[in-house]
Amino acid sequence: MSWTRKILRVNLSDGSCTSEPLNMEWANQYLGQRGLASKYLTEEVDPACDALGAENKMIMATGPLTGTMASTGGRYSVICKSPLTGAIACSNSGGFFGAELKFAGWDMIIFEGQSAKPVYLYIQNDKAELRSAEHLWGKSAWETDDIVRQTHQDPQLRIACIGRTAEHGCLYSAIMNDKHRAAGRSGVGTVMASKNLKAVAVRGTGGIGNVHDSKAFMAATNDGKAVLAENAVTGQGLPAFGTQVLMNVINGVGGLPARNMRDVGFEGAENISAEAMAEPRKSDGKANLTTNGACFSCTIACGRISTVNPEHFSVKDKPQYQGNSGGLEYEAAWALGADTGVDDLDALTYINFLCNEDGMDPITYGCTVAAAMEMFEDGVITTEHTGGIELRFGNAEAFVAITEQFVTGEGFAADLGLGSKRLCEKYGRPELSMTVKGQEFPAYDPRGIQGIGLAYATSNRGACHLRGYTIASEVLGIPVKTEMNDTDGKAELVKAFQDATALVDSAGLCVFTTFAWGMDNIAPQIDAACEGDWSVENCLETGERIWNMERLFNEAAGFTADDDTLPKRLLKEIIKSGPTEGQVNRLGEMLPQYYEARGWTADGKIPQETRQRLSL
Amino acid sequence: MQINIEFYASLMQYLPPGKSRHRREISVQDGLRVNRLVEQFHIPEKMAHIVLVNGHFVDADKRADRELVEGDVVSIWPPVAGG
Ligand code: SF4
Repeated sequence: MSWTRKILRVNLSDGSCTSEPLNMEWANQYLGQRGLASKYLTEEVDPACDALGAENKMIMATGPLTGTMASTGGRYSVICKSPLTGAIACSNSGGFFGAELKFAGWDMIIFEGQSAKPVYLYIQNDKAELRSAEHLWGKSAWETDDIVRQTHQDPQLRIACIGRTAEHGCLYSAIMNDKHRAAGRSGVGTVMASKNLKAVAVRGTGGIGNVHDSKAFMAATNDGKAVLAENAVTGQGLPAFGTQVLMNVINGVGGLPARNMRDVGFEGAENISAEAMAEPRKSDGKANLTTNGACFSCTIACGRISTVNPEHFSVKDKPQYQGNSGGLEYEAAWALGADTGVDDLDALTYINFLCNEDGMDPITYGCTVAAAMEMFEDGVITTEHTGGIELRFGNAEAFVAITEQFVTGEGFAADLGLGSKRLCEKYGRPELSMTVKGQEFPAYDPRGIQGIGLAYATSNRGACHLRGYTIASEVLGIPVKTEMNDTDGKAELVKAFQDATALVDSAGLCVFTTFAWGMDNIAPQIDAACEGDWSVENCLETGERIWNMERLFNEAAGFTADDDTLPKRLLKEIIKSGPTEGQVNRLGEMLPQYYEARGWTADGKIPQETRQRLSL
Repeated sequence: MQINIEFYASLMQYLPPGKSRHRREISVQDGLRVNRLVEQFHIPEKMAHIVLVNGHFVDADKRADRELVEGDVVSIWPPVAGG
């Protein structure tokens, strides 16, 4: 077993912290992290509850491989009901926090209730206590991290916390850990704020001493590392260029949406790409990219450490933003850049710093600003709303100005904090919200790339690339190339990606390993670490079980097949130019096949026989 | 005939000198095939993972047959991924 078999239950209403045994029967069915915590959530929380009420729970969960020597085995996830979507939320983060939680002896923390006053949780191995966070309320995530660290005089402390945007009620706030890593999507930070919980600080000295078959585990993890090292993507591409290498690829194939997905293809793409990040700039001869970085136990190291040009208008008189910090990843660069029409790399890097500093999901934030920009250009939103800011596509100064207001909660912040669905509804243009189930799209246009449209439409947490990354196959040829504009076989492709990802997330591994690893590399690592049968077949069935369980949560929360759809723009408005000219997403062809492949009814319900097959 | 080449990521090292970040206009013999172009620039075959002509994929098994025409834009990437 690599589970610690211990859960920390924190009741914020009465201030108690209690230890309880992990339900091993569930662990054998749902593995850990995403799957196991979602099982706890579905058992303990009414899916119809108010996401920001005391009855919602928030679970920070590790997987059995978190904290081990398995490559990328440092991940944790935050599971709750999402205030942005009303669906199940599961946001995954790297860094070092997850491993530290494991070293302290905990598989997961379940937060319930609501504290009357701001508090933070301090964990030192098996000791856990809530402390006042009144001095931390109103501070950014970065300041909070510094203050808590100073208070405890412990440089090894690992901290996950929220910034000011969550306190102000932004519906898509993230939980930041290790300053630059985020459980980013679906507003899990907003749920944390609703509980008056500012931070979780953890120090563990226990290590992982309970691997089921340590010899087999050594062999399986070493084999896995060799595969990652030898693979051109995980061994060379990701460490050198990061995820941002995709900017030119996706633009090149006609799959890069721009300007609130009004256009496909962005003329400024190459200026905000990985290649641009590596170029020395004129002012100080340095490149935007300083170096790469890795999360706990990761042998890929895709992370970006960047600086903004110190002479750039955004940071000119702000020395605190002139040093190294977490740089742009592809999805953030797209949402903040191409989707707003801004191709100023320094401005985007600075805005990304602010997203990290005050904890907001850069995808939803960028897309919400993009929707606001389209409404500004249409005259629906005016300078009266924005406090004089000319919020036009491509206006980097305006974007920087509105973001600086946003993080402090001033000006147009309250409106932008709604996310694009509520914002567009408020201003009478609901069709301009580029969302599924209320969550904004990542950086791939479903008109140009069919399968990703089906993956977005059926994702249990709303539009998301990390729930079924068919781009790997449809564009990048991993593991095999499929045609972008074909709909045939995409139902099965989406299902396979969704199930496999659910399993990887539940193990405590990073999904980027799957560019090199198949389930035949992953299953032996889990099987050696955990007791029970973790064959390839059982791993895949576990992934499928998790997917169906999440779907059942959403069904009970009121979602139906009608929510498995895409915005009209993507189904009806053809791409106007470029290699994918004339295309729309043909979801109607794929969705019935997908329901069938899943063993669901024609109206997307999970019938008794499928539940039985999956022991649900 | 004149065509345009675009090399990205680690393949930028194979670009001849020029001003643009990725693109060069070059003269090639009429009817040049895609696989020959890749060889001409000494790009190892397995590093030419994604090859587009005018934004459309030319899969590895089709490159020996695919003739280029005047004005074509050939874009090449090594194996890459992200997300
Ligand atoms: S591949 Fe990147 S995101 Fe994944 S664990 Fe490694 S550094 Fe972190």
